[in-house]
Amino acid sequence: MMPIGHYLFLSLALLLIGAVGVITRRNVIIVLMSIELILNAVNINLVAFSRFYGDVAGQVFALFIIADAAAEAAVGLGIMIAFFRNRETVLADEMDLLKW
Amino acid sequence: MVMQRCQFALGGALVSAPDFFLTHLWLIPLFPLIGAAAMFFFGRRMSKEAVNLFCVGSVFLSFLFALGAVLTLFWLPSDQRFYQQILYQWVTPGAMPTAAGMVNFVADWGYLLDPLSCVMVLVVTFVGFLIHVYSIGYMAHEGGYYRFFGYLNLFMFSMLTLILANNLLMLFVGWEGVGLCSYLLIGFYFLKKSAADAGKKAFIVNRIGDTGFVLGLLLVSATFGTVRFTTQGLSDPSGFTGIVQTLGTMMAQHQFAYGAPIFTAMALLLFVGATGKSAQIPLYVWLPDAMEGPTPVSALIHAATMVTAGVYMVARMSAIYQLSPVAMDVVAIIGATTAIFAATMAVVQTDIKKVLAYSTVSQLGYMFLALGVGAFASGVFHLMTHAFFKALLFLGAGSVIHSLSGEQDIRKMGGLLNTIPATSRPFWIATLAIAGVPGLSGFFSKDEILGHAFNRIAMLDRYLGLWVVGLITAGLTAFYMFRLLFEVFYGRSRVPVEVEGHIHESPKSMTIPLWILAFFSIVSGWLALPVLWGEESPFEKFLEPSLRGVETDTGRIVFAHHGLLVELVLMGSSVVFAGLGIYLAYKFYLENPKLHTRVSAAWPRLHSLLVHKYYVDEIYDALFVNRVKDLSTALGLFDANVIDGVGVDGAGWLARLLSRISIWWDKWVVDGLVNFLGWLPKFLSMPVRMFQTGVFSTYAVFILIGLAVLLGYYSHHVQVFVRNLH
Repeated sequence: MMPIGHYLFLSLALLLIGAVGVITRRNVIIVLMSIELILNAVNINLVAFSRFYGDVAGQVFALFIIADAAAEAAVGLGIMIAFFRNRETVLADEMDLLKW
Repeated sequence: MVMQRCQFALGGALVSAPDFFLTHLWLIPLFPLIGAAAMFFFGRRMSKEAVNLFCVGSVFLSFLFALGAVLTLFWLPSDQRFYQQILYQWVTPGAMPTAAGMVNFVADWGYLLDPLSCVMVLVVTFVGFLIHVYSIGYMAHEGGYYRFFGYLNLFMFSMLTLILANNLLMLFVGWEGVGLCSYLLIGFYFLKKSAADAGKKAFIVNRIGDTGFVLGLLLVSATFGTVRFTTQGLSDPSGFTGIVQTLGTMMAQHQFAYGAPIFTAMALLLFVGATGKSAQIPLYVWLPDAMEGPTPVSALIHAATMVTAGVYMVARMSAIYQLSPVAMDVVAIIGATTAIFAATMAVVQTDIKKVLAYSTVSQLGYMFLALGVGAFASGVFHLMTHAFFKALLFLGAGSVIHSLSGEQDIRKMGGLLNTIPATSRPFWIATLAIAGVPGLSGFFSKDEILGHAFNRIAMLDRYLGLWVVGLITAGLTAFYMFRLLFEVFYGRSRVPVEVEGHIHESPKSMTIPLWILAFFSIVSGWLALPVLWGEESPFEKFLEPSLRGVETDTGRIVFAHHGLLVELVLMGSSVVFAGLGIYLAYKFYLENPKLHTRVSAAWPRLHSLLVHKYYVDEIYDALFVNRVKDLSTALGLFDANVIDGVGVDGAGWLARLLSRISIWWDKWVVDGLVNFLGWLPKFLSMPVRMFQTGVFSTYAVFILIGLAVLLGYYSHHVQVFVRNLH
């Protein structure tokens, strides 16, 4: 059996890639995709610990998160389309209406 | 007994029939007041017939009630011919310190009917009624018909209030009321500037006189503590005070002596009022101008009634005048001077009404001459006869003017004797009466005045001058009146052709009053007929209770009875003077109409002096009117520059300055403080707000930093956890 450290390392790598994607990319579609990466990092983490401790609850959580991610992607894309219709842009740095 | 009856009638609701007219004395002035009020409120919508019914009817009712009251009084013994009716206490200011001690000053609204007011009330209501009837015809074609009659009725009310007042203050109310009506009626054609000006002139000149009257009134009330003329005629005189009674007590207690200065002051102040109202020197100037009013007004107000109010007032206050020989002399001298002065001006006037106006001034002077020599009854007698014949003259003149479609210049008349006989014949009678032709009223009344003036010569030589002036005036009167008669009714007609075709006799409503007045112009003098055979005049005897005055030890004016011979000589002299005047008028204007132009050409300066009325108006303008105007101009400039400039504008400027300071303060200090309080948190929050960029990527960075910080803080636990995994 593979030690848990590898899984955690993969999870951490995915998290960082996702985080960097969220922070650095201007296109909100890409940002949404990066958020999916972060969620998947969490899923891997949950499944790995579920396997490690022999407790199925982690895998159940992972399933919830997948469902949640789908819903979140749907809402996020809906917002994007509504936003695009108003402002004709999907660039994150132009979305600054809630500025001070 | 009659007093008891009065008391009964006043106290209870029962009215005993014989006193009906006395107890209803208050109705006499009320009728015309109702008429005036009706005209004021509803006159505009009334037909002429309705106006006639109201206004002429009201005066007729007044006349009937006056006649009834006078007849009721006449049946009483001469000393009881007083009836006083106090309707209510009008002025009650309470305790007042006076020369008579502390008294409770009261002015009633009450009416007094005594012989003096009997004469006046009959003359005023009777002549007033006739003139109202006359006006129906005269004003038929004029605008403002109801307004005219409304004013006329208001005048009747005021005049009757003046006459029937039982105290001096109420008399003053009537006095001012008639002044107001006079103003309104002189300016009846107010669109005509000369009429409006004449009205103002009359009003202002009368105000000057009234200043004296008010001062006299105050002096009287401060001295006697009462303004009620007398307590006679009251049902219960105890507890009431009257001027005559207080004066009597004061004289009996020797508080004042005969001829005391205070009596002179009172008498002269009141006389100033009389000179204004009765057009005497120096305040006569308004009366000739007052002829701008409609002719019935000139007849009623400016000849027969209102202008005699001064004579009535002096007669009413005779008790005071009798105690001041100085004031009496002043009255006599002013009267005599006015008489002759006005008569000379009447000689050259060419306006038919102006001749009569100066004649009125002159005859009023005659009345004051009578009062001044102490013959109060003769003055009132002349007042009565004058009311008849002068009203007749004015109404006749009005009828002539009416016939000639408004022409007033006697140079454009002539030869009208048979064209308008119903006017010319009564006019003839009136002219004879005023000229003093024996048998007519003017002869008797004028003769009595001259007789009394002559009588005084026996006591004091200086009265000789007054008598002579009176005689000359009588001659002048005859002269100018016959000049008028000849110019208007005789000789060649000088009427312009376009007017001549329209000459028409006046309607019956105008000519019938003329005939009635003509009748009284003849017979009213016969009341003094017994004087001819040396007896006392019944008229004087009738008036005596009113004019008796106060018993004094010294200085009482007593007229000696002169014998029949003296009486005849006196009458003869006045007849001679009158005859001379008539003869001269005949010579100058009828026999040889060119003669008077030659005479006036011979003395051009004298003629021009007379034509310009001695330049009195010009002198008054230069001395007083223009000075008052200068003063007004100066005050106007003061008002515009100092009051408006410094005061009002200055206050405005100051307010603006203050408001500017206030605005600056509000803007920079008050608002500044508020703005500062707003700005301060904004400034302080500046660094914190910088975090909120609105871009979610920034927020994501912060979240990551937070996560990193969190993990860093718990790194020990993380290490333990990771180690335990193996």
